[in-house]
Amino acid sequence: MSGLVLEGISKRFNNVAAVDHVDLSVPNGTFVCMLGPSGCGKTTLLRTIAGLEEPTSGRILIDGKEITKLPAHQRDFGMVFQSLALFPHLNVGENVAYPLRIRGAGKADQVKRAEELLALVDLGGFAGRPVSKLSGGQRQRVAIARALALSPKLFLLDEPLSALDAKLREAMQVELRKLQQRLGITTIVVTHDQREAMTMADLVVVMGNGRIQQAASPVEIYRKPVNSFVADFIGSTNLLPVRQAGDGQGVSAPGGTIPGVALGAGRDQATLSVRPEDVHLVPADQAPLTGRISFIRDLGASIETFVDAGGTQIVAVTSPRERAAFQVGDTVGLRLDPEACRVLAS
Amino acid sequence: MRPEPPRRIADYLPLAFPAIMLTVFFVMPFGIMVMVSFFRRQQGGFYTPDFVLESYARFLSTFFGGVLSFSLGLAACVALICVIVGFPFTYELARAKRWVQVCWLVALLSVLSLSEVIIGFAWSTLLSRTAGISNLLVWLGMMDKPVALTPNFGAVLTGMVYQAFPYTVLVLYPAMARLDPTLMEAARTLGSHPLKAFLTVVVPALRNTILATFIMVFVFALGSYLLPQLLGRPQHWTLSVLITDQAVYQSNMPFAAAMAVFLVLVTLSLVGLALLVGRKDAAT
Repeated sequence: MSGLVLEGISKRFNNVAAVDHVDLSVPNGTFVCMLGPSGCGKTTLLRTIAGLEEPTSGRILIDGKEITKLPAHQRDFGMVFQSLALFPHLNVGENVAYPLRIRGAGKADQVKRAEELLALVDLGGFAGRPVSKLSGGQRQRVAIARALALSPKLFLLDEPLSALDAKLREAMQVELRKLQQRLGITTIVVTHDQREAMTMADLVVVMGNGRIQQAASPVEIYRKPVNSFVADFIGSTNLLPVRQAGDGQGVSAPGGTIPGVALGAGRDQATLSVRPEDVHLVPADQAPLTGRISFIRDLGASIETFVDAGGTQIVAVTSPRERAAFQVGDTVGLRLDPEACRVLAS
Repeated sequence: MRPEPPRRIADYLPLAFPAIMLTVFFVMPFGIMVMVSFFRRQQGGFYTPDFVLESYARFLSTFFGGVLSFSLGLAACVALICVIVGFPFTYELARAKRWVQVCWLVALLSVLSLSEVIIGFAWSTLLSRTAGISNLLVWLGMMDKPVALTPNFGAVLTGMVYQAFPYTVLVLYPAMARLDPTLMEAARTLGSHPLKAFLTVVVPALRNTILATFIMVFVFALGSYLLPQLLGRPQHWTLSVLITDQAVYQSNMPFAAAMAVFLVLVTLSLVGLALLVGRKDAAT
């Protein structure tokens, strides 16, 4: 098939598996975000794809051709490093033109192509400036332009936006996504920021403990997490230990029962994941699940209510408009939307 | 935190001690040397206060010019070899495992602890015909009969490079250890062969460090005076040997002082020139 295929990729350092049997296929033109906590192996996996680490086992294929043993400088992939790795002895234009110079392009071609690339990232006219005179966001763009100089087959970015402040980061996320769509280039971004992944990706790959926990579209990852690791990592969620209710009508949880939810055949107990925005607060006599409000956090745009239901904490997020007249210490009913509840393997 | 610039005279007080030490132990002896270089020499080893240019006039001889240019050339050769060998070596060392680094640094520091005399005699034995490494080559069947590799220019160069190499590594090491390793990786992902990446990224990124190291080793080698005598012939003797000879054996203090002043001035001007070139380079 066309695109990038990873087959059973493992990477061990001193017998510790940083990446553990990863299988993944990425069709051409896809924007992939590899998401996970630090130490989950996502950067190692990216470096393996780039050819900077050799996998202990497994194969890497691009457009059906195996490249597992191909050295990094023959792969024609563009990579943006977390440190950006701009060459301090070269100015902006020379940095961008470096890959062309290495391939022996003429001086005029180098200058022309550097100008084109800089215009692409809105830095037209910056070619003559020293790198040290640029702001963080501008350096970011230079690194992106340089990585794209040879129209690479694969565009790899390792935590590219982590050094920027929050506002600039959000703007760059949108810009990066637009740029990728315009060029139609297969892109893999490593990030630990789930908002970043949600903003940019066609395909989100959640990694944990060196393995792919789930690879799916952002909405699917959010709505249908396959296990508690994914549910907990993507956004905030309530994880409730539940068991099958005796009469088959819903499940029993600490603090009451949840009607309309089934665990599926052959299962007696499981973990139920429900997003805080899918938990509705109602008067105590209107729901079979009740708890006592332990804390209310009013964030202005939304209100988070922490409810202690039989020893398990459940968080409900409501908009200020539908704010009910509940106080800390009140006993409230919790109505959970059955469609929004997700039964996870425990 | 950025310290405030000094405002009152009292703020300069911490500088008083080093200033006094420098004045007493460096500026004053140098001043005395400059004075002596203008004194008139008496036959029999004495000199009387005067202001004559007699000692400086002797520089105009071809012999003096030959020794000076040999000294500068030798120092430049030593510095060049040390930097060319030491730069890739230190690059690899800075990326090696911790225990490998410790082993190498201990070995290099133990070379530093050797005196010039021991280094000189050790190399003259190693390069000799009777007990030197050429015997080893004969034993291995790579040579017909042992040869003497000393005294000659190669032996002088070998000894001086051996002596200066630890300094080279120690000066290069901090900059190498600080160099962002992803620069090299970035060059590789941009299509550069590792060797080409080293030459086009690591070397130019550290060109000021290279220049500084070159100057340091150059100045260090310029002052060498024992090794050329132990490992070389009289034509391989440096200006420092000549100065010692005049001061100690010929009892011509004014001429020795004049040569020493001249050597200091030449060294200072070369260092200044190199720094100027380096700054102009960095500004563009």
